[in-house]
Amino acid sequence: MSVPSNGMAPTQTSSAAMIRVLGLVAMISGLLIVTAYEATKGTIADYNRQQLELAVRQVIPGAATIRTYAVAGDTVHLAEPGDTNRFYAGYDAKGKLIGLAGKAAAPGYADLIILLYGYNPKCQCINGVSVLQDHDTPGFGTKVATDSAFLANFTALDARLRPDESAVANPIVTVKHGTKRHPWQIDAISGATISSTAVGTALRRGTGSLLPALMRHLAQIEAQR
Amino acid sequence: MKTTDTTIDFGTFWEGVWKENPVFVMMLGMCPTLAVTSSATNALVMGVSTAFVLVCSGALVSMLRYLIPKEVRIATYIVIIATFVTIVSYVLQAYAPEIYKVLGVFVDLIVVNCIILGRAEAYASKNSVLRSVVNAAGMGAGFTFALLCLGAVREILGSGTLFGVHLFSAHFQPWLVMVLPPGGFFVLGGWLLLFNWLKQRVASAGTLQEETARAQ
Amino acid sequence: MSKPQPTIELRTSPHIKSAPTVEQIMRNVVFALLPISAFAVYEFGISALALILTVTGSCLLTEHLFNRAGEKPNSLRDWSAAITGLLLALTLPPGFPLWMGVVAGFVAIALGKVLFGGLGFNVFNPALVGRAFVQAAFPVAITTWTPPLAPGRFLEFIPSTLTAPFMTPPSVAAWSHHAVDAFSGATPLGLWKFQGIVVSTSDLFTGMSAGSAGETSALLILVCGAYLAARRMMDWRIPAAMLGTAALTALAFRLFGGSHYPTPLFVLFSGGLMLGALFMATDMVASPLTPLGVWIYGAVMGFITVIIRYFGGLPEGVMYAILLGNALSPLIALITQPRVYGARRERSKP
Repeated sequence: MSVPSNGMAPTQTSSAAMIRVLGLVAMISGLLIVTAYEATKGTIADYNRQQLELAVRQVIPGAATIRTYAVAGDTVHLAEPGDTNRFYAGYDAKGKLIGLAGKAAAPGYADLIILLYGYNPKCQCINGVSVLQDHDTPGFGTKVATDSAFLANFTALDARLRPDESAVANPIVTVKHGTKRHPWQIDAISGATISSTAVGTALRRGTGSLLPALMRHLAQIEAQR
Repeated sequence: MKTTDTTIDFGTFWEGVWKENPVFVMMLGMCPTLAVTSSATNALVMGVSTAFVLVCSGALVSMLRYLIPKEVRIATYIVIIATFVTIVSYVLQAYAPEIYKVLGVFVDLIVVNCIILGRAEAYASKNSVLRSVVNAAGMGAGFTFALLCLGAVREILGSGTLFGVHLFSAHFQPWLVMVLPPGGFFVLGGWLLLFNWLKQRVASAGTLQEETARAQ
Repeated sequence: MSKPQPTIELRTSPHIKSAPTVEQIMRNVVFALLPISAFAVYEFGISALALILTVTGSCLLTEHLFNRAGEKPNSLRDWSAAITGLLLALTLPPGFPLWMGVVAGFVAIALGKVLFGGLGFNVFNPALVGRAFVQAAFPVAITTWTPPLAPGRFLEFIPSTLTAPFMTPPSVAAWSHHAVDAFSGATPLGLWKFQGIVVSTSDLFTGMSAGSAGETSALLILVCGAYLAARRMMDWRIPAAMLGTAALTALAFRLFGGSHYPTPLFVLFSGGLMLGALFMATDMVASPLTPLGVWIYGAVMGFITVIIRYFGGLPEGVMYAILLGNALSPLIALITQPRVYGARRERSKP
């Protein structure tokens, strides 16, 4: 900022002073952020819960009641606060299981793309996808949530299990636009390949870990236990 | 560089709005200007968020201006700016989640909006807190004003609405190009044309008055 | 043009005729465009007439207003704004709403010409700038076609023509009861791309197909273009290069890519390729002027046209091909500067 006019070297600030100031500024910043976080946490969580319920109802159409389950090790139980690895089961008015929904995530172009997919245990296929979080380029990457041709991939996306129920028979995969040949392939959006691929990866990972456990305990879930 | 002047200068507020308008005159912050102005609501929220960050970071930078060693000043400014951007981001997520979804990454990108760093470096670090706040508020108002100018035109032509309110009958034909990226460029160009033309007219009227005054 | 001279004039040498003025060339281009416009009116009725008059009027008015605002001399008499208007109207669908035509004309002159400094400075063909804008703004209206030679076309407008300003045009299907056979307003290119139907080449050649107002008759466009070329008011090499390359590219695809690619003749006579190659690619301001340059320029545009038609999302690519060619033309001119006779290539000195 200032040019020494007397020909002498500019006075050096000691490293200790720099660290002190940076530390002070970081502390102020940290305090401010934590305050804001604490103040908004509840509202954001409420909103996210609402959105999640909306999304679950979207991928399990016609669900009258929704129960949240959690997978822990080899067992499935009704979710309690703090449980991770959740999934959702939707029942019609008569209490019959009509669909399941699970979360799936994979890195997109920017940050994680988080999805909720609906799984129909009868056809063993994914019959709906709802995007929960997508920070990709607006108008391009975000098309995965709006492009009708892309969403048509998820009317009956094959996710059958192997006969021994140990894994998904044909892992879901995204293929180049216009080259979809099999029911477990997702036809990418041309121009939004990275986001499309992320959706495929998310579903492959999500179904790969969740579905085997889920199908093993299908009877328990059907009984609403 | 120590200033002891503590008087408030409201002239700098209007400078930010008009004579040194960050968008129309300084051509700074073009990325959000072009990217998020597809509707007036988005433009307004983006403008107000940026203004909030401008004012708060200006105040904090000014408060700490004798403390910050010049070697680490940019790093310090960025930390301060990022703090307020994070706060804005939380607040939007909590109270305007739909808009936050649309603005998305552009809220976080306020950190690198050069208007804010520019103000911190060029003004807040050399002026009293009050003056810095007034100056930053002027810049923020100017930025919001410019964004609203773009957002309003693009939303009216591109969707037939303003702040989501339908202005025309159901048969209105939307100009698709206006909500697409090229529309941002067209409208920005149009406003720049108008703005410069106005300024030129004011300037030439000024010189004309001067000349006649001198002739008399 | 030459007025009768009652007196005998004695002149010393040189007896070389002066090159035609800008105004003369422009006037002749208008003459050449008139038969095409007349055919458009014959084929599509009063809607086409109204569209041509409106768009041309919009261009002239815009030019006039900008001249007045900028305190510049009247440039309407150089005919260039009229040409822009005529060409623009001929590239629009016959039932294009008139208010959108006004927008297109305004953008063509304001954005395509005045902003760059007026005639002689425009980087792009102004008519195509106007068309590209309305293509981006009103993608549905600009791809809504009406059948040619519909009965009653001289008695009533196509319903979309008279859409109130800023309103969505009504569906053209309402007009379809006038069509003799089953209503199909799809252009030959659209039919080929989306439905795999190939229209007969003779229909394309004479212009008995749906399409933009003035792009349908390849024969008429060729004749009118030949008139200009014969009068040396148009560089014949540009259309020759463009059409030739398009035909060669199409032939190559047909030979090596299989028979689902159309024949070269179909590619030549369908869509706006003829009109674009003869009247728009030849825009003197926006094309490179070097002898080798014009060949490259034409070839690039012909190639891009076919590539966009075959692999792009839209069935037609002439407009974007020419705009891209315009953008490249300064570069082409730069790399094809003829060597000055006797000059040696400069060597880098050690």
